[in-house]
Amino acid sequence: MSLTRRSFLKAGLFGTLALAAAGGVYRTFKSPEPLHAFALDTEGHAALAAISAAMLGSAMPITPEATERAVRHTLEAIAGLPLAVQKEVQDLFALLTLGVTRRLLTGVPDDWAQAKRADVVAFLQSWRVHRLSLLQSGYHALHDLILGGWYADESTWPGIGYPGPIKELS
Amino acid sequence: MSSPISDPIQAGLASGWHVIDAAQLTADLTVEADVVIVGTGAGGGVTAEILALAGLKVVLIEEGELKSSKDFKMREAQAYPTLYQESAARKTKDKAINILQGRTVGGSTAVNWTSSFRTPPGTLRFWQEHYGLKDYSVETMAPWFEMMEQRLNVIQWETAPNENNDLLKVGAQKLNIPVAAIRRNVKGCWNLGYCGMGCPTNAKQSMLVTTIPSALSKGATLVTHARAERLQIEHDAVQALHCTALDASGLRATGKTIRINARHYVVSGGAINSPALLMRSKAPDPHHLLGKRTFLHPTVVSAALYAQPVNGYAGAPQTIYSDHFMDTQAIDGAVGYKLEVPPLHPLLFATTMAGFGDQHAEMMKQFANTHVILALLRDGFHEDSQGGAVHLRDDGYPVLDYVMSDAMWDGVKRALLTMAEIQFAAGAKTVYPLHEQASGYADWSAARQAIDALPYQPNLTRVVSAHVMGGCPMSDDIKLGLVASNGQYHGVDNLSVHDGSLFPTSIGANPQLSIYGLTARLASGLAQKLTGKPAPRPVAA
Repeated sequence: MSLTRRSFLKAGLFGTLALAAAGGVYRTFKSPEPLHAFALDTEGHAALAAISAAMLGSAMPITPEATERAVRHTLEAIAGLPLAVQKEVQDLFALLTLGVTRRLLTGVPDDWAQAKRADVVAFLQSWRVHRLSLLQSGYHALHDLILGGWYADESTWPGIGYPGPIKELS
Repeated sequence: MSSPISDPIQAGLASGWHVIDAAQLTADLTVEADVVIVGTGAGGGVTAEILALAGLKVVLIEEGELKSSKDFKMREAQAYPTLYQESAARKTKDKAINILQGRTVGGSTAVNWTSSFRTPPGTLRFWQEHYGLKDYSVETMAPWFEMMEQRLNVIQWETAPNENNDLLKVGAQKLNIPVAAIRRNVKGCWNLGYCGMGCPTNAKQSMLVTTIPSALSKGATLVTHARAERLQIEHDAVQALHCTALDASGLRATGKTIRINARHYVVSGGAINSPALLMRSKAPDPHHLLGKRTFLHPTVVSAALYAQPVNGYAGAPQTIYSDHFMDTQAIDGAVGYKLEVPPLHPLLFATTMAGFGDQHAEMMKQFANTHVILALLRDGFHEDSQGGAVHLRDDGYPVLDYVMSDAMWDGVKRALLTMAEIQFAAGAKTVYPLHEQASGYADWSAARQAIDALPYQPNLTRVVSAHVMGGCPMSDDIKLGLVASNGQYHGVDNLSVHDGSLFPTSIGANPQLSIYGLTARLASGLAQKLTGKPAPRPVAA
């Protein structure tokens, strides 16, 4: 399976590169498309929920409310990024949510809503030390956006022994 | 709630300062000026005050927003998107280095940690020897540093260091590594520890509360939410500056434009942004120097767990440093590094700590007992440390391609060893070198063995930067520099560069005071040239 997977991966990535190059040529003849803010569709929402739970581990209670909070804070973190970077995050979510790229690049067999925690953890660990820098940087983006968004929220501060800024001036 | 802190920005606005928020423009705008300055950080702020005091009509262009102490609530979720470039998540091209740069009125000076060092003598000597900057000696720079130290209240910090800084001192001294106190540009500091989110008490003497209010009080105009797109260069002179208005979020162009017609144009957008503006403007670059040799002081991080609380969020963030590993070797030899500590706050701490899941959650629970040391590598001196190159994307936005060389990785490894040894000497229970393949180590020999064996590669080793320098190097030799030693751009009559992009190497110390001293000198020369009179000397209000 590893051979098949690797050759597909190669073809897939080269395909992506070829498309990007074609896009580049196209764009030199046409003014660039206006950039849009990041938006999450249903499958993207399920992906982010599953990945947040694995990324945050025991920091996040396994409740629908906490999951929604994690998703919301990640979206807030993304919303502050330049639109070109939001586009990159959108591309990352496209890779994560398209069935074929999800299976091949993350190794998660199930749809995100049914994804098992162990599979998601294995995916994060494999991207974290992956030889493809594209996937490594995908891991770092998820790491920073999810963890940063979560711990920016003051409801998490008592749990880490942070009293927050002095009340008089905040 | 009304604040007990008086707000000089709100008072100035009430007194009739000329401030235009480009986000609010309903039509295109043209402004006439003697001098337009792009950027309101260290270089732009110092230049604006000196030129305005000289009686010149000054216009300041800022991409960020005008914020003030009433907005500085010490919360990362608000501070990073509003005060930093790219929401404090600007990355190198390979995404492997996170870069902190300010984007607000006051630039990085509004969010820096107040560490004030004169340019090290060895750095000036290197510039004199290799970049023909003969007039840049310790002696000739001293009066400019003195002037800006007085202007910005750079003082010895007499308060005891917080525990985070003290642990660096304790550990280093046990190993006979000399440390010293960091001077700070503060007046009446409350010792809160939130310098990186905008000073809520106006104690930090950033450009936001010093030179910019001074320039505005002398009649300067400030345009915010305006991105400088292009200098129109024709017949060896700049004819106009063209800017794009951004909306209130700072993310989108509104479609309105601003044109500034001036006698003289000063670029002070900081490294990365200044070279990018000059590239978009097709400024002359016959020797292909523009944007090259951009330096970062690549910084690596070692966290450690202690039995006692460290509370790294509280107290002046940087007060102790060691230059031992810069002073004990040749400046162009094995890459040297400066040791300091960072302030610790939940968002930046959570994103900086490696790993995820339960293991990350456990480290977060120990947040209050965690100590962190930084090692800032001195890039640009070793022949295998040539820095990075700024490129323009399709949309004209800059990205820095910075690849760590073998010489730099060698410095990274030595720095991680040094920091772990210091932390154990200070009593650490566990040390975590920040690397994706490292874990926590319970003693020095285990840590040493692991650090020796780690692979040093991008994305595996955590590397960050808060000091971007270079890309528009200064030299009177046009083969070595784009900008003459008086700040004048070679080959364009009415164009100057006044910021940290001028540095031909990194500084080897937190760069703010180097930028203040250098640009005070350049701006004084420019004021004299434009007015025919001796330059004024700015003094603190």
